[in-house]
Amino acid sequence: MGYSFTAPDKNWAREPIERTEILWIIIAGSWCLFMFVWMIAWHWIGNQNMNTEAYKTFTDVYAKKTEEFTKQYTVRQDASDPSLPVVAPPPGSDVYIAGSIFQWRPVLELQKGKSYRLHISSLDYVHGFSLQPENINFQAYPGYEQVITVTPNKAGTYGIVCNDYCGLGHHTMLGRIYVKE
Amino acid sequence: MAITTAQSPFRTDPLTGLRIDLTAQALVKTNAVLAVVFLLVGGLAGLLVALTRWPAVHLLPADLFYMALTAHGLVALVVWIVFFEMAVIYFCATSLLNCRLAAPKWAWAQVVLMTVGTAITTVAVLQGESSVMFSAYVPLAAAPHFYLGIILFAVGALIGCFVFWGTLVIAKEEKTYEGSLPLTVYGCMIAVVIAVFTLATGAVILIPAFLWSLGLIKSVDPMMYRVVFWGFGHSSQQINVTAHITIWYTVAGLAFGAKPMSEKVSRTAFLLYICFLQLGSTHHLLSDPGLSASWKIVNTSYMMYLAVLASLIHGLTVPGSIEVAQRRNGLDNGLFEWLRKCPWGNPVFSSTILSIIIFGFIGGISGVVMSVEQINMIIHNTIYVPGHFHGTVAGGTTLAFMGLTYYLVPVLFQRQLILKPLAAIQPWLFGGGMAVFAVALMGAGTLGVPRRHQDMTFAGQALAYDYGGMNQLLMAIGEIGGVISVVGGAAFILIIVGSILMGEPVPANAKCIVAPPADAGGHKKIGMGGFEAPGTFVLALTLFVCLVLYYFVNFKYLATLWPLT
Repeated sequence: MGYSFTAPDKNWAREPIERTEILWIIIAGSWCLFMFVWMIAWHWIGNQNMNTEAYKTFTDVYAKKTEEFTKQYTVRQDASDPSLPVVAPPPGSDVYIAGSIFQWRPVLELQKGKSYRLHISSLDYVHGFSLQPENINFQAYPGYEQVITVTPNKAGTYGIVCNDYCGLGHHTMLGRIYVKE
Repeated sequence: MAITTAQSPFRTDPLTGLRIDLTAQALVKTNAVLAVVFLLVGGLAGLLVALTRWPAVHLLPADLFYMALTAHGLVALVVWIVFFEMAVIYFCATSLLNCRLAAPKWAWAQVVLMTVGTAITTVAVLQGESSVMFSAYVPLAAAPHFYLGIILFAVGALIGCFVFWGTLVIAKEEKTYEGSLPLTVYGCMIAVVIAVFTLATGAVILIPAFLWSLGLIKSVDPMMYRVVFWGFGHSSQQINVTAHITIWYTVAGLAFGAKPMSEKVSRTAFLLYICFLQLGSTHHLLSDPGLSASWKIVNTSYMMYLAVLASLIHGLTVPGSIEVAQRRNGLDNGLFEWLRKCPWGNPVFSSTILSIIIFGFIGGISGVVMSVEQINMIIHNTIYVPGHFHGTVAGGTTLAFMGLTYYLVPVLFQRQLILKPLAAIQPWLFGGGMAVFAVALMGAGTLGVPRRHQDMTFAGQALAYDYGGMNQLLMAIGEIGGVISVVGGAAFILIIVGSILMGEPVPANAKCIVAPPADAGGHKKIGMGGFEAPGTFVLALTLFVCLVLYYFVNFKYLATLWPLT
């Protein structure tokens, strides 16, 4: 006799567990185990996994690398914003993109079905790299360089939105990736 | 060794039969009133945020929007909730253990520090130089007093935790209860263990940020900041989960005379929280550079989902204990007679059951799915995240706190509730609005809409990205739900403040409102097919099916994305 808020019977640790609870613990526990195994298994059976390759860097070093990369592969200025270079690196190469208030630079032009080593970092604050409409999202830090191998599987124009707050102009921070057939 | 100080005077409450320490009562009342005041502030800020993210209204310009969002995050997510939790732990440790409060002066220091801290940080935010969001990621700088206020608040809360511990020690020494702690005090204790860890972690990172903002140290590493910060930011929500589950158990007892189906199972589930819940702080770091996959997997799964298992257990045992109590009281027909004949118009019950449903079906399922290492990539930093945590913190914690408040206002303030017809619908307004809000935002987030964003139309931007009409619609639906829940929140504040100020006094000969123990008549056979709680089992299986389907739907979506390695 009692409540959840009164001291329990002296022998509470020896009371048998009722069938409803036992069965539920078995079902829920099995599912928990399954989810754990599935998350590990996806590293082999799935094609969408995060690379853990990353480097400590400096914002000025990364800015310089991005600039050199941009100079090397610029093919034209962007039609929507002529101040922005469009960069078309060869498949398989290292591709650099830098977030800074309030822009993702440079604009990239990639080829469908080809893989690229995409480097992401920030030159000032913490930013959110959000590729739309794929909806692939990464955190970008100043001083850390993340490398992900991406293989665009659809042609089209993709937006890069900043989706972590970086200052009063945060909602104006954008970038773009073109994927050609 | 007995701990001796002057005995506090007690009163015996006619409504509950509890022996209440008057010093503790004053502290519980003060903390609860401050909590409700800050709920008002946080709710108003939330309304401004909702009206800005509703595309057709788009109320605030950027600077004010980010200011309102920072204020909403801090006040609604932390201040209101922690003040209320202080009231809950003081109440449980004293009244439920029939004990006086340890160190009342220190408890008052808790009140003062938390209030002053909140005031300082609020001023910093309103001055406009600290629109850095609740998370305040360095190197985004706020004014020094922004950090200082949070630190003072955390120190105050830490003092409150130790007052709770002290009270447990006194109760043990003075033998004010027999045997083991009651389950709900045990639950509070678990919450306080998590709180001590959380607040200490907050100090570890906010003190360096404070010193950095003063120019005393050169820099704080942004990744270290985020890793440690979420040991505070996410863990503070784990305190809430533990606290509101404790309240579910308490209300099941108060309103139905229920006792836990099995003390052993419920206590073990709480213990799993201490062991594994904190690992969930990793959920914020799954899309970050450099952290190894095995580190992420072990932590994000709370070590093989053992804390998820604990939540799934509580999700069954609380409604299960209500079902058992109802069946013992004669509502033993069919699967759901016990549920149909629950007091749906009583805000204490409706708040609690809606809190269980919203927390389980919306906050819980989304939380489990979004914290999968790979699925996080399609959810990280989108508006799905606020959708999820409004399902847990607003629909779960805040609603549970509202339910308990309806019960405790007549007990602690000795005033009857006013506006009872409004109180009967208030949980439905707040909970219903919040459910719509959460689900719509989860939908928009799945389609990529960013969180913490003042203009998803990117008006005037050369590289503008078009999120499309569907997302505009989802945001509109969500924010309408948000406005409805603000109306529900305002109704709550009106009823509670009105009752405290103008409610009829509770007469001295009032009838006891605690339901008699449901097992008073001995253990007669109840339930169906050998199950004492078959209805709850069916409901739990429904949740299970939803979770499994939703889990694989998200993997299906993930599998269509650009291959990433």
